[in-house]
Amino acid sequence: MAPAVVQMRTPAETALIERFEAEKAGLPGAAAERAAAFERFKAKGLPSKRVEAYHYTDLRALMRQAPEAGSQSLPAPKAPAGVTIQSLAEALAGGFRPGLAMGKAEDVVVDLNTAFMREGLVIRVAAGTAVAEPLVLDVAHASRHGRVIVEIGAAASVTLVETHSGADGVAYSSNHVVELILGEGAKVEHIRVNAAGNEALVLSTLAASLAAEAELMSLNFSLGGAVSRHQSFITYAGENAKLDLRGVTMIRGRQHCDNTLVVDHAVPHGTSRELFRTVADDEAHGVFQGKIIVRPHAQKTDGQMASNALLLGDEAAMSNKPELEIFADDVVCAHGATCGALEESQLFYLMARGLPRAEAEALLVEAFLGEVLEAVSDEALRDSLSARITEWLAARQAA
Amino acid sequence: MAAVKETVDTVKTIDVDQYKYGFVTDIESELAPKGLNEDIVRYISAKKDEPAWLLEWRLEAFRRWQTMIEPTWSRVHYPAIDFQDLHYYAAPKNTAGPKSLDEVDPELLKTYEKLGIPLREQEILAGVEPQNRVAVDAVFDSVSVVTTFKEELKKAGVIFCPISEAVREHPELVQKYLGTVVPTTDNYYATLNSAVFSDGSFVYIPPGVRCPMELSTYFRINEQKTGQFERTLIIADAGSYVSYLEGCTAPKRDENQLHAAVVELVALDDAEIKYSTVQNWYPGDSEGKGGIYNFVTKRGDCRGARSKISWTQVETGSAITWKYPSCILRGEGSSGEFYSIAISNGMQQVDSGTKMIHLGKNTTSKIIAKGIAAGKSDNTYRGQVSAHRKATGARNFTNCDSLLIGQECGAHTIPYIESKNASAVFEHEATTSKIAEDQLFYCMQRGLDEEEAVALIVNGFVKDVLQQLPMEFAVEAQKLIAISLEGSVG
Repeated sequence: MAPAVVQMRTPAETALIERFEAEKAGLPGAAAERAAAFERFKAKGLPSKRVEAYHYTDLRALMRQAPEAGSQSLPAPKAPAGVTIQSLAEALAGGFRPGLAMGKAEDVVVDLNTAFMREGLVIRVAAGTAVAEPLVLDVAHASRHGRVIVEIGAAASVTLVETHSGADGVAYSSNHVVELILGEGAKVEHIRVNAAGNEALVLSTLAASLAAEAELMSLNFSLGGAVSRHQSFITYAGENAKLDLRGVTMIRGRQHCDNTLVVDHAVPHGTSRELFRTVADDEAHGVFQGKIIVRPHAQKTDGQMASNALLLGDEAAMSNKPELEIFADDVVCAHGATCGALEESQLFYLMARGLPRAEAEALLVEAFLGEVLEAVSDEALRDSLSARITEWLAARQAA
Repeated sequence: MAAVKETVDTVKTIDVDQYKYGFVTDIESELAPKGLNEDIVRYISAKKDEPAWLLEWRLEAFRRWQTMIEPTWSRVHYPAIDFQDLHYYAAPKNTAGPKSLDEVDPELLKTYEKLGIPLREQEILAGVEPQNRVAVDAVFDSVSVVTTFKEELKKAGVIFCPISEAVREHPELVQKYLGTVVPTTDNYYATLNSAVFSDGSFVYIPPGVRCPMELSTYFRINEQKTGQFERTLIIADAGSYVSYLEGCTAPKRDENQLHAAVVELVALDDAEIKYSTVQNWYPGDSEGKGGIYNFVTKRGDCRGARSKISWTQVETGSAITWKYPSCILRGEGSSGEFYSIAISNGMQQVDSGTKMIHLGKNTTSKIIAKGIAAGKSDNTYRGQVSAHRKATGARNFTNCDSLLIGQECGAHTIPYIESKNASAVFEHEATTSKIAEDQLFYCMQRGLDEEEAVALIVNGFVKDVLQQLPMEFAVEAQKLIAISLEGSVG
């Protein structure tokens, strides 16, 4: 039989290996975790499309050069009462353990982040604290391997906003990880806005573990980057936890945007809802890969996943892979996936009432995406996201 | 619940595997030596009296196969197969071209009688209305033993014969179409099949002909330590129609046996092929010992405009099933359908689904897949729907539902939906659930026992698919579902 195929190292892989050897002594803390994560990366290399989880986003081909070394560029927001914020370097040097929110998930992008992470924050929300104002993190493009770890104490509640931005015309890459560890009955709203530069390779991960009765709503609002991939790994650690994962994707030109999620129902009585909507214009390619795992004995799990895509451009493409992996019998799980163009009859209806075609299209797209934003409870935040949708559509009409 | 306890006890006392067709026919066979090499490929080719081009074709496939790596992406687990420990050819002795049924070994006839397969044309005439007649090609291990109604079909211009006979008598047709849908290089098992395929059916329906009766092939594995590698090729010429049924069984044996078939369908302009399968290979015992590995490549090519291919399958047997009957929708306005019921119990593993590849304009496809997992089995639906850039107006609807019975089984859904075209409209929905307590209660309150209630609910669950089966098969399939699920009330 033919021998196993040994792949050549790409220049990016070689550069990453060299850089790790050179830099590891200077990286703050967690030496054992870093070394183990890097070994996993070395063994597997960058995932190509033959790796199932990266089937539609061939990182081996897409990451042409290794990300530059990062600088401390993640300014800490002002800590409200009941919240403490520490720099990641300080926390790691003090023996803090990263990666606890990952559960059983393993991923090369996260491993790379673990190996190289330098800039970042450790945020702790004390039990019972209700933080009124959203905590806003501005992640500028100089941040390469950022990691933010948030521990939310029992019955505490907080809204966390990450804004990723970067200059257009600069081919940079970033790999950002957010870990959320929700205590019992904690409530978190997490909104990530990807407005990265138009030549960026944006990799980002949300890892969250939910204790009993915890509630998490996470929205990935993505319109930036040449290639972007946002992955969510959610693990249920306690019963009766609720998850609401959402995504708004607006892409045009030759943009590629991948939303990948793994929801691991490890305990009974978990509820999860996933709603992802993608609008792709021109030759853009949208990807949705969602996987709901129901482990043995995770009875009474209720999971509903939907991915809907609107293809506006004739050359636009959408790849959907909604998966169910179920090992318990008393569960209700469903997924739906649709993709298609705008409904002609709806357009006709609006145009018959005097709207020009472009406006009719914009109205339908806004309605299509607007539904996803309904879960954002902060009104000002929701309005600002709506405004971004309107702006994106206006640019489309102007073109 | 007392009823559950009782059921469990009943099941424990009777053998869990209630496989009815597990008997062995005691018949003298001619076997190829064990192992796989170029000599074996030549041996099979010589046995079949094949022309040089086909031997060359086989050898090329074999050489290619040697360079290939066994795929491991599917959700099934099994110990490595020793391809050198198999007989690649097994034929009952004295079957060299029986002219009529009287010349066929009575032992064989008895076997088919036991299996309930009508081989005697007059018997069928006596029992059933003429429009319900079915022509049968019976394949026993590596050879076709008899094909019925050949004369009558010939009058209509339909060719229905074992593929080895077609190679001799209609070489131009075979050469034109063989390997054009599933190329020899397609995948590990298809390439292996191309090298060592033994028998299967060949069907050609001439232009404008509606095949006067249902055609069917009945596959039986009998000999031990053999693999069955059948190859079926169906060509529906312009404007023709054919409905084809396929059934399969095997004896109970402790060892695993390999069945790696290739089925190719070609539908030209306005032609329609309806292909139905009731797969009932031996599934192994309750411990997962024995059973058939069913690794099959089935693909239909809607080559002509407005052509249509419809796959219907009821999968209850096999230790491991790994098959994806697919449609390549090439012709403008062509359509593909896939209806499937996959039932797994005991230690069975099923990884099955379909592919709908939309290449032509205004092509449509529909997928209805129902998976039922019981016992300790794993049941996976894996499917792909894709629209090419030029496939404007492509339309797909997919519905795959799973039902879980018991706490130790698994049901999985892995669909790939890829649209490269804005005017393509794809819809996909999938659900997983268990039989609702209130449904069970309702049925039992009306006097059904628990197993009957489950069977009734399951039959309702799979109704959409059963409706697609030809009459004779629908009845058999319904019974099979009840048998497969017996003892799995959970």
